[in-house]
Amino acid sequence: MDQIILQILNGLDKGSAYALIALGLTLIFGTLGVVNFAHGALFMLGAFCAVTLNRILSLSHTVIDETKKDFLGNPLKVEVPYVQGWFGESTGQAIIDWSVPLAILFTIPVMIAIGVIMERGLIKHFYKRPHADQILVTFGLAIVLQEIVKYYFGANQIPMNAPQAFFGSFDFGAMIGMEPGAIIYPYWRIIYFCFAAVLVGGVLAFLQFTTFGMVVRAGMADRETVGLLGINIDRRFTIMFGIAAAVAGLAGVMYTPINPPNYHMGMDFLVISFVVVVVGGMGSLPGAILAGLLLGILESFASMRQIIELLPGINQVVIYLAAIVILLTRPRGLMGRKGVMED
Amino acid sequence: MGILDVKDVGKRFGGLQALGDVNLSVQENTCHAIIGPNGAGKSTLLNCLIGKLIPDTGSVMFDGQSVLGRNPYEINQMGISRVFQTPEIFGDLSVLENMMIPIFAKRDGSFKLDAVSGFLSHRDVMEQAEEMLVDMNMADKRHMHAASMSRGDKRRLEIGMCLSQTPRLLLLDEPTAGMARADTNNTIDLLKQIKEERDITIAIIEHDMHVVFSLADRITVLAQGTPLVEDTPENIKGNPKVKEAYLGETQ
Amino acid sequence: MLGLNKKDTSLLVAVALLVALAPIILNPFPEGSALAQFNAGYPDLMQRFVIFGIFAVGFNILFGLTGYLSFGHAAFLGAGSYAGVWMLKLLTINVIPAILISTVVAGLFSILIGYISLRRSGIYFSILTLAFAQMSFALAASVLTPITGGETGLQTALDDPRILDGANTTGNIPAPSLFGMEMSDSLQVNVAGWLWTFNVGYYLAGVILLIAFYVAIRIFRSPFGLMLRAIKSNQQRLTYTGLNTRPYMLACFVISGMYAGLAGGLMVAMDPLAGAERMQWTASGEVVLMTILGGIGTLIGPVLGAGLIKYFENIFSKINSNLLHEWFAFLPDGLEDFVVAIIYPFIGKGWHLTLGLMFMAVIIFLPGGLVELGQKIARKMSGKSDDKQTKSTE
Repeated sequence: MDQIILQILNGLDKGSAYALIALGLTLIFGTLGVVNFAHGALFMLGAFCAVTLNRILSLSHTVIDETKKDFLGNPLKVEVPYVQGWFGESTGQAIIDWSVPLAILFTIPVMIAIGVIMERGLIKHFYKRPHADQILVTFGLAIVLQEIVKYYFGANQIPMNAPQAFFGSFDFGAMIGMEPGAIIYPYWRIIYFCFAAVLVGGVLAFLQFTTFGMVVRAGMADRETVGLLGINIDRRFTIMFGIAAAVAGLAGVMYTPINPPNYHMGMDFLVISFVVVVVGGMGSLPGAILAGLLLGILESFASMRQIIELLPGINQVVIYLAAIVILLTRPRGLMGRKGVMED
Repeated sequence: MGILDVKDVGKRFGGLQALGDVNLSVQENTCHAIIGPNGAGKSTLLNCLIGKLIPDTGSVMFDGQSVLGRNPYEINQMGISRVFQTPEIFGDLSVLENMMIPIFAKRDGSFKLDAVSGFLSHRDVMEQAEEMLVDMNMADKRHMHAASMSRGDKRRLEIGMCLSQTPRLLLLDEPTAGMARADTNNTIDLLKQIKEERDITIAIIEHDMHVVFSLADRITVLAQGTPLVEDTPENIKGNPKVKEAYLGETQ
Repeated sequence: MLGLNKKDTSLLVAVALLVALAPIILNPFPEGSALAQFNAGYPDLMQRFVIFGIFAVGFNILFGLTGYLSFGHAAFLGAGSYAGVWMLKLLTINVIPAILISTVVAGLFSILIGYISLRRSGIYFSILTLAFAQMSFALAASVLTPITGGETGLQTALDDPRILDGANTTGNIPAPSLFGMEMSDSLQVNVAGWLWTFNVGYYLAGVILLIAFYVAIRIFRSPFGLMLRAIKSNQQRLTYTGLNTRPYMLACFVISGMYAGLAGGLMVAMDPLAGAERMQWTASGEVVLMTILGGIGTLIGPVLGAGLIKYFENIFSKINSNLLHEWFAFLPDGLEDFVVAIIYPFIGKGWHLTLGLMFMAVIIFLPGGLVELGQKIARKMSGKSDDKQTKSTE
């Protein structure tokens, strides 16, 4: 029992990352009808927004201090960040310490801007081209984006820390009345899950309860008619693209303490996220979220030692296996709508 | 017994009875039109005939064999060719290549792995295709990119492709829908000519009365999923029930 | 000739000449000159040109003719490679059985994957092939280690059984050979400062490329090829014309997979080593890039694309900032640094960036790839506007 709960929890944080990327992919596909292979790159860009902010905040003037070391482990003339000079040492340190959560504020405008530029500059011209062309051009864009990041940030992973307050784990088992120590779960992961839940809830509520969202949903269902009503649906779709980019970016920001960002993380996640979207059903928002969580949990169950002993290698392939089975038995995915990309 | 016998065919979509107890029989070498107001179930009926939909009840027999549950390509191989509402051709290929495909299908069956022989070793197919293009009055367009032709020409090509298979039954689904008057008249003339020159059975689903009355030998009027009357065009013209069915729609 | 029309025959002859003379053509700069590092006429790279050419030609038979975009084609290349190495280990160091078995194994593997993936089309097909390839990659790198050598890869060893050759336990590991001629054997000719290397392995691969290319032409011009193009154009019309698309697609997928396996077999014939990364989806992505860059649906395009990308990967990527500074040394200091700083991200280690940009530019402006570019230039040069009716597929 405790094993099961632990695996579900373990699956949730990865699953929520999948779900967030898949949500953005689905938004873009549902609104614009575009298959965006560069969405993983947006996730990666978000993560590097966090890295950038951290670097900006850590901009320092040099003071020699042999007791400290930088992240490469070399003893350095350690530098005192300007923020410490401006806000005092403790506040300054707290600001740097909290750079990942702070990056949320920084990332939202940056990612929306990137998304809007991408849509206006490139994607717009591909609405009427075949899906294969959309896949290919965004695939090319993903390569370009990841090479740019590689040029500026290098090819190595860049470790990022969660605020110190969230270091360590808490005893989830004891909380729900099981024996202490049975289920230990790191704080940051539960925060990631909650963050994802809030974000998903926010996007869905936005689509559900605002006029803007209503128009967008109407446009998803029937673009032409909405256009005929004299509503400028294109501008709204552009904004939706920005929002989808921001969601992917935020997913990336918050994921940095769990998985140190590197330039190819986007592609790694994208492949799985596409599987998630297809499993959930192309164009279905709840499907994307559900499939993301389910596949995350499935993956963590398959990584249990008992299961690996039984079926060696299953943890590596379980997501793909699930995708294949689902696609063959339910062609539209778990919650796909009729008539969406059926050919 | 006709060449195509539809017996007690019924089809429901959820709570909607799209077709109920449709019976009709298409006689060999006639042109049989199925007409009816919008939503009368014409398209549903057609889709049941060509294997796209499977009716809930009843049977569809073509030349003594059931077509139900068969794939579209099998039904075609039985001898039914279909012309679509919007012309369905191979837009990326040349007109001549378009015309060769159905002839290959007729000659070689539904699949043949013939990956090494060039077209030149299939003179018979080439010649038949060229002949059909001449018949269709499009020989001069043989190397044209099919997608770049006018809608009327596409329709002509599609009909030619179907005829090149010498089908026993030609199914036409609103062949003049969305066409300009001139194109419509051309298409009617073409179909008339086909009817006169070839031994062929035609079943046509149509909305446009002008088309129907210039072609059909017999007409079935469909209303709300069931056949209202079946008769000759002359009798249909004066039938009050038919008028009512159509007037009911316009109100 | 050979059942081809005049145009196709001249294309085949042109490719044959290029393959035969590549060691000379690709070495335009004299040995020892400053530009000699841009010479591509060395065996290792030339082998890669033709092998990836075969891979891309095969991929194009699937994607170019039917429009089905497989994102998992590298799985067949990998499967072929493993099969080939096993043949070299178990049967004989002669490469012919290895190449044959690679093709056959990849064919069988693609029947399995194709049968399942082809139940869907469009993006679903792409995702299914991607999923299968990633699965193969993950399995090859982990559970299947006894067969695949895991992450270190599979290679020949001194004490392999080699039933036909007889095992030897002394001396060096035998190198793959063709009836006694080792793949790495070369004849070097030095003519007035130019160094030309004529390599056995390269010419073997080159001959096989020509055969593969010839078969591809025949497929393009056959009724089968016509049906495949018809599938791309209008699948619905094809089924209502009495043709069963399923076996056509499967046959096409398997042929394409066998090309990939053939390429994999040739790879291990040149260098008897197979690793799981050969199956990774980035490898599948690479063949997509090659085909599109060269010219999708054209015969010669994929070969050109493969050559271009491999040239970039091996030559362009070697340019470093010192060299750039040398080139632009004639500029005033400040300007020199500026120009180098601008160009540097796009070359050397950053060549992927250039590749990505080029790829995007091709998709946006030149959907026909390099071949279309060539046709446009040729048309400009000859000064006449070609009529649209002869949209050919060379």
